[in-house]
Amino acid sequence: MKLRVDNVSKRFLTDTGEEVEALRGVSIEVEEGEFICILGPSGCGKTTLLRIIAGLEQPTEGWVLVDDDPVDGPTPRLGMIFQDYSLYPWRRVIDNISFGLELAGVEKADRTATAHKYLELVGLGEFGDAFPYELSGGMRQRVAVARALAIDPAVVLMDEPFGALDAQTRNAMQRELLEIWTKTRKTVLFVTHSVDEAVFLADRIVVLTTRPGRIREVVKVPEPRPRDRTCVGCADLRRYVLGLIDDGKQGQ
Amino acid sequence: MRETVQKRRRYQRVARGLRWAVMPVLFLIAWEIAAIVINNQFVLPSLESVAAVLATPFASILGTGSLVENALVSLERVLIGFAVGAALAIPLGVAMGRWPRVDELMDPLVQIFRPIPPLAWVPLALAWFRIGLTSMVFIIALGSFFPVLLNTLDGVRSVKRTWIEAAMTLGATERQVLTKVILPGALPTIWTGMRVGFGIAWMCVVAAEMMPGTNSGLGYLILYSYNFSQVQVIIAGMIMIGIIGLGIDIALRWIEERRFRWRELER
Repeated sequence: MKLRVDNVSKRFLTDTGEEVEALRGVSIEVEEGEFICILGPSGCGKTTLLRIIAGLEQPTEGWVLVDDDPVDGPTPRLGMIFQDYSLYPWRRVIDNISFGLELAGVEKADRTATAHKYLELVGLGEFGDAFPYELSGGMRQRVAVARALAIDPAVVLMDEPFGALDAQTRNAMQRELLEIWTKTRKTVLFVTHSVDEAVFLADRIVVLTTRPGRIREVVKVPEPRPRDRTCVGCADLRRYVLGLIDDGKQGQ
Repeated sequence: MRETVQKRRRYQRVARGLRWAVMPVLFLIAWEIAAIVINNQFVLPSLESVAAVLATPFASILGTGSLVENALVSLERVLIGFAVGAALAIPLGVAMGRWPRVDELMDPLVQIFRPIPPLAWVPLALAWFRIGLTSMVFIIALGSFFPVLLNTLDGVRSVKRTWIEAAMTLGATERQVLTKVILPGALPTIWTGMRVGFGIAWMCVVAAEMMPGTNSGLGYLILYSYNFSQVQVIIAGMIMIGIIGLGIDIALRWIEERRFRWRELER
């Protein structure tokens, strides 16, 4: 599986009739099993880019290609995890996780068994019968991760998934996500505005400029995992990436 | 320590119960005094005479059947009318909430017809369907239609966008989005609409039963009793109407609180 973002631009009209250019000529090639972070200041169009990749929005120009097939709408090959978790409050945790399988017509016994496997994977084995509102923010996001993984997508798209969590939970979730990623070897595209998060997680960081979002630079993270947030290499990289973002702002 | 806390709790509960009962009891006393002062059972019968009617709910009244029989007739009518109203309102509300084009198309009609009270349709109902069940079902269905429609619309619109998008990225078809995300997501609000709609339907049935040519139902019973100056039966019938309406509302609310707890708990 190969994901290619090919020269994607996005313009849209605001309510007042002004044309806004959100993205201009963005191209990314993602290798199978790679962990990519898309990083940029708020309003740079990084969420729009992710939504275009997910097929939830159409690019004005350019293509998103999965194995050379253009993406023209949402597809179970591209899983998406939202910042607000987006769990169904009327479904128990286990039924949230098995939802995608239910949509695909998988038998109840089979889909519950699969859902349990992913529930274990995200460390919530005992919470299958709970309702989402009984869980903390971090636990809810783990359920959302399990739900996205349960249908075995080729790529997992994550839109600032830990943005609403407190700092400690956030760090813990980052470590757990890497563990899950190591086990499942999914390709991940992870949108964030946190340089720290990107440097801790990514194989490569795609740094976007402010609006219209263009690629400022694609930065490779050579540090081996598990990474120490305080190591010298990480600190240097953070300084460098921060510099890129500041340059991008001054360039406006 | 604990004992005193428990005692205080019990005391508070009793006090609350007493406060609740103050006005109803005062009302009944005022009624009884007024009845004694007026001393005319054709204007205001005494408490005892109304209670006597209510105490024998299975006794036939003036040859038109008992309170319970007539109540069941009314309930049957209201159920049919309400079912018709809701069966039309829910699909239309979902369609209007989901597809802006349908909303654009239907909204003017809804706006024009909504302010017309269901009872203003009575003469037309009689002209179209003659006297009988069809006319009553028509009126009741109209009465329950709008609250159910507007709440369904509201519920569908309040379904979170990311709930729908998450389903789409999990491979949902439009049909699955409707049945597995939008309907369950909107159901608490739809249920509220049904509760309100049922209340209005209940008011409509009583009024519809006062249409000429009707010969059963609580509405008919109280109007018929007026013709015979049986004011105690009128009041007993009214109490019956109130109790049934309240009972249904409490039952629906009870289900609402159990089934749709997530609406309040979901931040």
